[in-house]
Amino acid sequence: MSEDFAIKINQMHKWYGDFHVLRDINLEVKKGEIIVVCGPSGSGKSTLIRCINRLEEHQQGDIIVDGIELTNDVKKIDEVRREVGMCFQHFNLFPHLTILENCTLAPIWVRGTPKAEAEEIAMGFLEKVKIPEQAAKYPGQLSGGQQQRVAIARSLCMKPRIMLFDEPTSALDPEMIKEVLDVMTDLANEGMTMICVTHEMGFAKQVADRVIFMDAGQIIEENVPTEFFDNPQNERTKLFLSQILH
Amino acid sequence: MSEQTRDYVLGEHPELPAPDQRSGFVKWAMENLFSSIGNSVVTIVGLYILYLVIPPFIQWAIIDSVVLGAESRRECQAINPDGACWAFIYRRWDQFVYGFYPAPERWRVNLSFVFVAIIIAIALVEKLRAIKGAIWVALALVAACAILIVGGMFGLDRVPTNKFGGFMLTLIIGLTGIFASLPIGIVLALSRLSSLPIFSIFATIFIEFIRGVPLITLLFIASTLLSYFLPPGTNFDLLVRVLIMVTLFSAAYLAEVIRGGLAAIPRGQYEAADALGLSYWKSMRLIILPQALKISIPGIVSSFIGLFKDTTLVLIIGLLDPLGIGQAAIADVKWIALSNELYVFIALFFFVFCFSMSRYSLYLERKLHTGHKR
Repeated sequence: MSEDFAIKINQMHKWYGDFHVLRDINLEVKKGEIIVVCGPSGSGKSTLIRCINRLEEHQQGDIIVDGIELTNDVKKIDEVRREVGMCFQHFNLFPHLTILENCTLAPIWVRGTPKAEAEEIAMGFLEKVKIPEQAAKYPGQLSGGQQQRVAIARSLCMKPRIMLFDEPTSALDPEMIKEVLDVMTDLANEGMTMICVTHEMGFAKQVADRVIFMDAGQIIEENVPTEFFDNPQNERTKLFLSQILH
Repeated sequence: MSEQTRDYVLGEHPELPAPDQRSGFVKWAMENLFSSIGNSVVTIVGLYILYLVIPPFIQWAIIDSVVLGAESRRECQAINPDGACWAFIYRRWDQFVYGFYPAPERWRVNLSFVFVAIIIAIALVEKLRAIKGAIWVALALVAACAILIVGGMFGLDRVPTNKFGGFMLTLIIGLTGIFASLPIGIVLALSRLSSLPIFSIFATIFIEFIRGVPLITLLFIASTLLSYFLPPGTNFDLLVRVLIMVTLFSAAYLAEVIRGGLAAIPRGQYEAADALGLSYWKSMRLIILPQALKISIPGIVSSFIGLFKDTTLVLIIGLLDPLGIGQAAIADVKWIALSNELYVFIALFFFVFCFSMSRYSLYLERKLHTGHKR
């Protein structure tokens, strides 16, 4: 268990009932590394990153996040979740709370940060995602792109060491995708460890350290972006890339 | 919003007149009361029925009525034989409000009414609730009310609960049921959805049993059967037993209403709360329940209104709620058979309370609306 690894997944398997959704996953993510996961729908990409903060339970193998092994121990799960931020395809902001309250809730109730301090931190991150002026509004009053940026700010307020992105731009209109990707690029440049499930290949080429291709629950190919896009090895990867990059 | 579809040949869209610009009552009446021949007929028939019913009622209840200056039904009739004899209510007012609570001690009940008003204000007005310690003030006032009304300490004489009656009793049962059943209902709903079988099985059995049995049966169990189960010599007050039964009954219904609200919360909300590291109880309290309860408001208030009206059933096991007091009163030779006045009066009391609850729930729904759901 080297300290250099933010995440280490070892021979991990997961089943949904009879369905073998993840098969023999081995993955090591170094601190500060940006990983992009792509693959056809149903290939297990989302399930994989949802296992990393235990939104899904794995049945075999080990997952070690930030030096903590994920087991049924609720305390350890909470410990991991405090260090791992996550953004969802559908944002999942809390509709009954204002933008600011969305961002301060977890620091106050999970970390025990005093309210004034939490609000200061939250405003800092809202500025970073370029929407401090929306702080008093409710999520329902914001556009999709704005909501996703709030969701990123909400995660960052917990000062996570690792960020997981589960198709963060798939539910957005084209002109809103860029504003979210810009925020993610900034984050990557600051040295955050990130795993992004996305089909934004431009983003992958620009910021990823490694691209992982999954199909039918397996990691089929993994390489640095230049090699991955210019010289794919596996037939399935070639087919996927030809369909996605016209 | 039914839009009329018009048949026309492609490329020959007819020139339609501009939308009706009239506004105000005329427009409203044209749209809502006289929009078609059928609607117009219904409107006219309805207005005619109202014309037949309302003026005579006002004549009876207000214009011809007798409030003061009569000591019996006969005197009422001597003053005006066609009107309502409200003198009956007026003379018996104290009994309708306090039941047989001893007259010199009634200030205690009045003071409690003031306290209850403060408690309700704290529960309903957000600004008051936000004050630090408001909840402790409310709980202290609840205890103060109980001590004041029952007595037996701090130099207050003990008043046996069988002296309680009238609207005071309705309010004791109704408000205790409302305020005690909501937390129990929430816990039951959460237990029923729990992944631990111990909780879900217990909650399911409890809810299905209570919902499967009429309230009146539970009240009979409270009044008679329960004393067989309790060790001999224990004196478990009848009113307390009734309060417990009413609370549990209401809690079972609330649990199902709240479960419906919980089911409507998207899974993403649970996941977002989990991903932020919130514990089960914190995510329930801060994320899930505030949204689920908001959705459930109409159902919850319906349950409360039902509970408030069901308090009249305690009449059957011998508690003297307003109906019980009233039935005793119209058996009195002095005021014999004044049942119209009695029931109109009691109906008015219940209507005021239940209608307020229903309006409050509408206000709350509007206030909690925060734009589109996502």
